[in-house]
Amino acid sequence: MIPRYQKILFSILLLASLGMGVMLWQLRERAHQRMIAGQDSAPTSAPEVAPDEQATLVVASDLDGSLLTQVHTLPLPDDPGARARVVLGKLLDLYAAADAGHKVAGGASSVTQVFLLPAPEIGAAAKPKPAESPTGEAKPGDSGSAKPAAAPSQQAQQTGPQLAVVNLTGSFVASHPSGIQTETLTILSICGTLHANLPRVTQVRFLVDGQPRATLAGHADLTRTYLAADVVPSEGTHP
Amino acid sequence: MRSTKWTLAALLACGMAASPVTAQQAPSVPQARFVVVLDAAHGGDETGGRLANGQFEKTFTLALTTRLRSLLAARGIQVVTTRESDAAVEPEKRAEIANHAAAQACLSLHASESGSGIHLFASSLAPAQPTRFAAWKTAQAAWVTRSLALEGVFNSALAHAGMTVSLGRTTLPPLDSMTCPAIAIEVAPERSPGKDNITAELTDPDYQARVAGALAAALVQWRTEARQP
Repeated sequence: MIPRYQKILFSILLLASLGMGVMLWQLRERAHQRMIAGQDSAPTSAPEVAPDEQATLVVASDLDGSLLTQVHTLPLPDDPGARARVVLGKLLDLYAAADAGHKVAGGASSVTQVFLLPAPEIGAAAKPKPAESPTGEAKPGDSGSAKPAAAPSQQAQQTGPQLAVVNLTGSFVASHPSGIQTETLTILSICGTLHANLPRVTQVRFLVDGQPRATLAGHADLTRTYLAADVVPSEGTHP
Repeated sequence: MRSTKWTLAALLACGMAASPVTAQQAPSVPQARFVVVLDAAHGGDETGGRLANGQFEKTFTLALTTRLRSLLAARGIQVVTTRESDAAVEPEKRAEIANHAAAQACLSLHASESGSGIHLFASSLAPAQPTRFAAWKTAQAAWVTRSLALEGVFNSALAHAGMTVSLGRTTLPPLDSMTCPAIAIEVAPERSPGKDNITAELTDPDYQARVAGALAAALVQWRTEARQP
């Protein structure tokens, strides 16, 4: 014999379950309607045209293994992340051109996103070079030795150094020529271009389709954090 | 008793006769062994880049290693290789082999269709003081200064052989973990200065022989400098 209080409790739980099921169904329907409405809606405001500004690109040349700065006039958005994507897009468009001195297929669409984050502190010993601490990590690339800053203040986040995370497409990496020099030049030119246009960007990391990857095309290490400030050439320089 | 005297006299005579010879031989100190590690990049499923004639980079580097090893052996230089066949070897294993060899020079050999001539790369790690326990990924930091000196010797030797040379720094996984003077050598086709037309392909046997000969000469020069007081 089931006690009366258990029957009542069971009935309440059953009603609650049915009620929640109905509510969930209604929420799903509403979300579906909103999505359909969003797809059908025409643009309500004209896209803003960013003003033309001068952008400094650090352009690589395979022939002599050099990095040279070039100034181009581009429409640059205000948002730093979008700005970074635009300048890198222009850089990769140059590399995709038929007469490029550093030929890499893909063009502007090869950079999916550029995320800007507060830069983790690098050990004091790592300062001078794209290098790292005597005990071990850091450098033109090392993520291991970088220690996260302890609760950076709001002001530090707004004015302090930044880490740029560049998300490249898998097709760009797959079509990149293989070789130490060509891969190193691509990485250094991206780092230098970011720092030249966004001086707060001092460190750069790379993802490919949102995932870490060991090397760009079999040689240059993509698992490290590159120090961007050391790359920008005064005129022309070797990597 | 008599026999003892004769024995002593004989020993003294031998000692006096032998002493001038000993004095003449004293300056010749036994030469320390000179070991070179040759790391043929890639191998197995990891083919590396594809060269102009369809050949893979792994094949070129292995052939260059074999040729260079013969030249070095003929010059009395002991060679340790990271692979002898078309086998996949992890970067960590390559560095382990180099570090166990306690070599005076470690060369990571690569090839590429990009650029011109020979590209020399040292690790981009900042120089650091040697420590008792070095971090694996940055063990080369304590050797960077020597590696840059090695790069300089190769630059001179290759330029002397009439080859186009470029110097650089890079972040290459096996290189950064080696505890020896280490450089990466990337062989590219030879092109006319300032132009893009190729004057010597990677597949050209004469070019390969010239490269191997110049690399061997550079290592002999490095050995000479290493043995100078």
